[in-house]
Amino acid sequence: MYHRRGLSAIKKQNDGAFPDHEGKPSSNKRKHKPTRLRDSITPGTVLILLAGRFMGKRVVFLKQLPSGLLLVTGPYRINGVPLRRVSQAYVIATSTKVDISGVNVKKFEDKYFSKKSDKKKNKKDANEFFDAEKPEKQKFPQEKKDDQKTVDVALIKLIESVPNLKAYLGARFSLKDGMKPHELVF
Amino acid sequence: MPFKRYVEVGRVALVNYGKEYGKLVVIVDVVDQNRALVDAPDMIRCQMNFKRLSLTDIKINIRRSPKKSILIKAMEEADVKNKWENSSWGRKLIVQKRRASLNDFDRFKLMLAKIKRAGLIRRELAELKKGTAA
Repeated sequence: MYHRRGLSAIKKQNDGAFPDHEGKPSSNKRKHKPTRLRDSITPGTVLILLAGRFMGKRVVFLKQLPSGLLLVTGPYRINGVPLRRVSQAYVIATSTKVDISGVNVKKFEDKYFSKKSDKKKNKKDANEFFDAEKPEKQKFPQEKKDDQKTVDVALIKLIESVPNLKAYLGARFSLKDGMKPHELVF
Repeated sequence: MPFKRYVEVGRVALVNYGKEYGKLVVIVDVVDQNRALVDAPDMIRCQMNFKRLSLTDIKINIRRSPKKSILIKAMEEADVKNKWENSSWGRKLIVQKRRASLNDFDRFKLMLAKIKRAGLIRRELAELKKGTAA
């Protein structure tokens, strides 16, 4: 094994001793790229959500976040869907597109959507436990409401300029009698 | 009930099975009891079983196995394309294709249009009913 691996030659190259690799930093950090975005999904595409609270809603796609999730908005005033993250797997992309060039979505990243963690560990007393506990309802931060508004204002204007698009986004998608999903063109 | 559409040289048929599904072809020769030699301007002449063909009413004036250019000329003289697209069968196929290619937004707009039209009809009907009842 010694001769097969050429260890004597390695020693010779390194002044009679084996080279010390422990000083080197490990360079095998693989960084994951965000999930590959389907070709049918481009900024401004109308998507149909397939699961969750907003199942069936038609929604406008804004951008793909670094985690791979899609950033999406109703717009809120049209169908009640706020700025939200959605997985690509639970979405059908339609071929209807809205022009999104006037909307600035640079500030939205995954951190924007993280939950605020409560660091206090509640030590429950026997009495406290049986009391009707109403957790303090956290009020929806005003800045998030303003963010929603700024994103939606430009979008809504564009949407209203296309006939029927507003009603389309306000309606939910559902399969009706005779519709064959594998034959439908979206 | 005699037959009205015959397999003959020059009969235009619709392919109803296989790779060429939906195409209009012309019967250019008959091979044997089951097969015909078939040709169209945009395909290579080939043999097809009669079971794969649905005969149409359209017939063009050609001799047995004409050259491609002569076939194309004869098809244009007989105006096969327009005759087909104006026939009720042809029109139905065009509508089917259009419906199948509708986008989700188009289907929504179609639904709104149907509701609107139904509303108008119902209103008219109500007026007519009132008229006769009075």
